[in-house]
Amino acid sequence: MSTEIQTFTEKYDLLGCIQCGRCTGGCPVTVRANLNVRQFVYDAYNEEKLDELARLAEIWDCTACHTCAVRCPKGLKPLEVLIGLRSMIVESGKVEPTVRDALQSVLLEGNPWEKSRAARSDWMEGLDVKIAEPGVEVENLFFVCCTIAYDPRVQAIAKNMVRLLNKAGIDYAFLPEEESCCGSEVFTLGEEGLFEMLVEDNTEYLNEYSAKRIVTLSPHCFTTYKTHYPDLKTPILHYTQLLVELLHEGKLTWKGDLQKRIVYHDPCYLGKQGDVYDEPRELLKSIPGVEVVEFDRSRERSLCCEGGGGKMWVESESKKERLADTRIKDAKDLQADIVAVACPFCVMTLEDSMKGLGFEEEMRVAEIMELLGEHIEA
Amino acid sequence: MTEKPKVGVYVCHCGINISSTVDVDAVSEYAQKLPNVEVARTYSYMCSDPGQVLIKNDIRELGLNRVVVASCSPRMHEPTFRKAIKEAGVNPFFLEMANIREQCSWVHEEIEEGTAKAKKLVGAAVAKARLLEALESKEVDAEPAALVIGAGIAGIQASLDIADAGFKVYLVEKTPSVGGRMAQLDKTFPTLDCSACILTPKMVDCASHPNIELLSYSEVEEITGFIGNFDVKVRKKARYVDFDKCTGCGDCAAACRVKDRFPSEFDQGMGKRSAIYLPFPQAVPAKYTIDAENCLFLSKGKCGKNPKCQEVCGAEAINFEQQDEMVEFKVGAVIVATGFDTFDASRKPEYGYADYPNVITGMEMERLVSASGPTGGKVKIFNGKEEIEPKEIAFIKCVGSRDKSVGNEYCSRVCCMYVAKQAHLLRDKMPDANIRVYYMDVRAFGKGFEEFYDRVRRENVRYIRGNPSEIFKRGDKLVVKVEDTLTATPLEDEVDLVVLGVGLEPRADMREVMDLLRLSQSPDRFFLEAHPKLRPVDTATEGVFLAGCCQGPKDIPDTVAQAKGAASSAMIPLARGKVTIGAQVASVNEATCRGCSFCVSICPYTAIEMVTVNRFGHEVEVARVNEALCKGCGSCSAACLSDSIQPKSFRDRQILPQIAALGVLK
Ligand SMILES: Cc1cc2nc3c(=O)[nH]c(=O)nc-3n(C[C@H](O)[C@H](O)[C@H](O)COP(=O)(O)OP(=O)(O)OC[C@H]3O[C@@H](n4cnc5c(N)ncnc54)[C@H](O)[C@@H]3O)c2cc1C
Ligand code: SF4
Ligand code: SF4
Ligand code: SF4
Ligand code: SF4
Ligand code: SF4
Repeated sequence: MSTEIQTFTEKYDLLGCIQCGRCTGGCPVTVRANLNVRQFVYDAYNEEKLDELARLAEIWDCTACHTCAVRCPKGLKPLEVLIGLRSMIVESGKVEPTVRDALQSVLLEGNPWEKSRAARSDWMEGLDVKIAEPGVEVENLFFVCCTIAYDPRVQAIAKNMVRLLNKAGIDYAFLPEEESCCGSEVFTLGEEGLFEMLVEDNTEYLNEYSAKRIVTLSPHCFTTYKTHYPDLKTPILHYTQLLVELLHEGKLTWKGDLQKRIVYHDPCYLGKQGDVYDEPRELLKSIPGVEVVEFDRSRERSLCCEGGGGKMWVESESKKERLADTRIKDAKDLQADIVAVACPFCVMTLEDSMKGLGFEEEMRVAEIMELLGEHIEA
Repeated sequence: MTEKPKVGVYVCHCGINISSTVDVDAVSEYAQKLPNVEVARTYSYMCSDPGQVLIKNDIRELGLNRVVVASCSPRMHEPTFRKAIKEAGVNPFFLEMANIREQCSWVHEEIEEGTAKAKKLVGAAVAKARLLEALESKEVDAEPAALVIGAGIAGIQASLDIADAGFKVYLVEKTPSVGGRMAQLDKTFPTLDCSACILTPKMVDCASHPNIELLSYSEVEEITGFIGNFDVKVRKKARYVDFDKCTGCGDCAAACRVKDRFPSEFDQGMGKRSAIYLPFPQAVPAKYTIDAENCLFLSKGKCGKNPKCQEVCGAEAINFEQQDEMVEFKVGAVIVATGFDTFDASRKPEYGYADYPNVITGMEMERLVSASGPTGGKVKIFNGKEEIEPKEIAFIKCVGSRDKSVGNEYCSRVCCMYVAKQAHLLRDKMPDANIRVYYMDVRAFGKGFEEFYDRVRRENVRYIRGNPSEIFKRGDKLVVKVEDTLTATPLEDEVDLVVLGVGLEPRADMREVMDLLRLSQSPDRFFLEAHPKLRPVDTATEGVFLAGCCQGPKDIPDTVAQAKGAASSAMIPLARGKVTIGAQVASVNEATCRGCSFCVSICPYTAIEMVTVNRFGHEVEVARVNEALCKGCGSCSAACLSDSIQPKSFRDRQILPQIAALGVLK
């Protein structure tokens, strides 16, 4: 390996850019924030200007939805230029206290939520969960995700999964409380050193397990493992992929029926980044009674909810309409009863908006696992 | 007969190309001392006329019978030096080249390294030169006819040129009519000639030309043989309409029980046709064809009581019994002119092409503005709710081109101009419309192109620099999400109609032709030419040439120019009536061949067959090489377990000493 340090220009392939504007054109936050990612790609060529660029507030507006990267005709990842600038700030220590604390918490406790590691498996209480052991063969090894493990609002994703797996009678195991943050948000917040450490530690940790595949509950973990962990031995699946497989094998059956109009919101980390579009829809359609409708902006054209990119810890200064609000209003226009998602972050952002807009009475935001959980046969 | 080798070594400076990193004088002095070397010299440009004269004089004065030229790649000048020594009376195959440019001076930086390597290469060449054998090239007759595959403008033009020169042409077209993509175009940039007006006469000519046999609705099934002598098998697909009886009246299509039900290929699916159809009014040949998949009688076995078409056809041309027919013939050369596919816009889902009826492709726009098109030239479009005359119109360029994310890194060369053309045609029809073109570059490189682009802009067509990223819907409008990069302003531009300037792609079915003729693809996946600059219409298969967009995206002027080039190259063997067969082919030592036929399965050119010979009173099977097919690639030689098959000039006894001289073998 060459030990030469890449320049900023080399690292982000800035010279590959043809200034076509597709990145900024597609960037969902341009309607509410000042961010113009193309201009950053252009300006960052001037190494002397980097410090000045890093001090611009808008670098924190990026939600890491990756639209810019998906659309770039020349294979650049424009958002990573912003992350590179963020990392200069992170390195200098001049970050918001919320960000600092989240990163510190990942380092010490293996999660960004400032919760104790010892409490990571508390959600399992009262459930009959199979726990994985290194070296013991298992077909489906579950990786829970920090948010799902600690946040009571979305813990149901994991709990219902356990009930469903036990019911389906398939070979599975969950990781014990040593499970650590995948680093998705650490990466987008620009803490390069910590992220590298997580990749190394998690790779070593996960490679000790003898699993056929690792199933993630959050699309953030799913994409992060898939794209940033080159040495991971085990293939990665999102849970919707596994469940569709079980559905096809006839291992999932639902009780009752759900006479509801459901609109599915494609999470950026699952759709645009993970290329998983059909499985969540198929699962929803498998629930008896359900009518699935589509946003005009769906699938590859889905609108970001602003949940990623570290936005959980950095508040946007913009007073313009949140994208999650736009999304909920669109769902309202579609007369949807339920906005279904397959991501814990989307649940939080969209539910916030739904409540903020006062639609609590007539609308519900739910993770697919929550809906499925309500229809598992006893 | 057996004579002592007398070798002359000529070291080229190639200006400073070689001499700046190779001490040519030192190499020459070194060579002078090698066994059997009579003379060694250096010269500034060996390939020049004086350089060649130098060699010829030495041959005459010093009685040289072997020549080593240390210069560039043999691909460049081997033929030059062969010819030179032949003129001086030495067998042209008594030449060996040492490539001290590409393999030496251009890859080394230090003169010491370069010189040392050049000495080795020259030493190795001398070692081999001493052991070369005299070879004779043979000539065989060439069939004075050509096969042209594909009857777009490229195939049509090439056929007409060859036929006009007096040679027979078999023109094979897959679809029921000739014309290709150009027949679908309305007007053509930059001169705005009506496409049909300039194309139709040529289409008619190629059907009526006494030297052209037009095989429409046909496909080539097999090609064997070699330059001058290709055997071709063509499948004429059943039209279920008697070709000779059909008068082209069209009564059948009008009466067809499933009249105007199926998307018309010619109108890009925007118009409809019957199960029995003529692709478009000016189609050549003007003969109807039944689409067996959709015809009630052919697909379901029943069309009412009696098939309608049969009832009304006065010429009694309908024939449901018709079968595919095989035609076989011989040609001396082949021209591939199979054209292109347009980029499938649904592969960029962010543009919503599959979702919104008012997002259309450039090809669809051609049909929409055409007076012969599905709307009679009226620009009307369904916006999901109603049919409207669009007021706000956006063009998007580079759709599917210059885009790694869809695997097409090349520029499609025609979309900049056809977008400008279509913007002009719309402006003509709709003086009040707001037309904008979203672009990242404007490539108006051809003759009259920049002038045309200037004109279109001044007709109040707004060029906005930014490549749109997404299209979605708001009410009845389409929203184009894009950045105006010149003012760094993200826009949500609301329009009624979006035209995607889709690029050109290699045909999805190109592999069929590739396999028929052993053609290769360049990195852009179009057919690969033999040399990008000097042999742009040739392929690696001798006697097979390329014309038009199958070799890469081009406009009509370039397509026609290339077609004419391909025609003139193809006519060389036809006009000569003879082709020279390479002398450096494999030969079999029948005394040692074990008849295992391993080489037969290895040879990529199917040049080897097994024959029975009498060996010392026994009938045995041995391999035999068809010298016309053999390319001297050496694969067989590497495979043969008894060293019985070896290419001439590359026999073990010739190349092992060469390798030894490099110091690689002991
Ligand atoms: C929307 C659009 C607008 C354009 N406008 C202009 C313009 O205004 N001016 C201009 O100069 N250029 C224009 N062009 C470019 C122009 O269309 C091409 O230069 C031209 O059509 C190339 O001709 P071709 O013969 O190489 O290919 P094609 O037109 O594609 O013809 C190939 C033919 O080969 C046949 N074929 C394919 N495979 C086989 C096979 N295996 N066996 C037998 N037959 C086969 C096909 O059926 C077809 O008939 C435009 C292109 C597009 C897409
Ligand atoms: S999309 Fe890619 S090439 Fe285009 S401006 Fe952005 S970074 Fe540059
Ligand atoms: S990742 Fe998303 S939010 Fe960030 S710059 Fe790219 S498009 Fe904009
Ligand atoms: S048989 Fe019937 S369906 Fe077929 S072409 Fe004739 S009329 Fe049309
Ligand atoms: S010709 Fe113009 S529109 Fe077409 S790919 Fe090239 S630059 Fe883009
Ligand atoms: S040298 Fe190559 S082409 Fe000739 S017979 Fe041997 S394998 Fe075939």
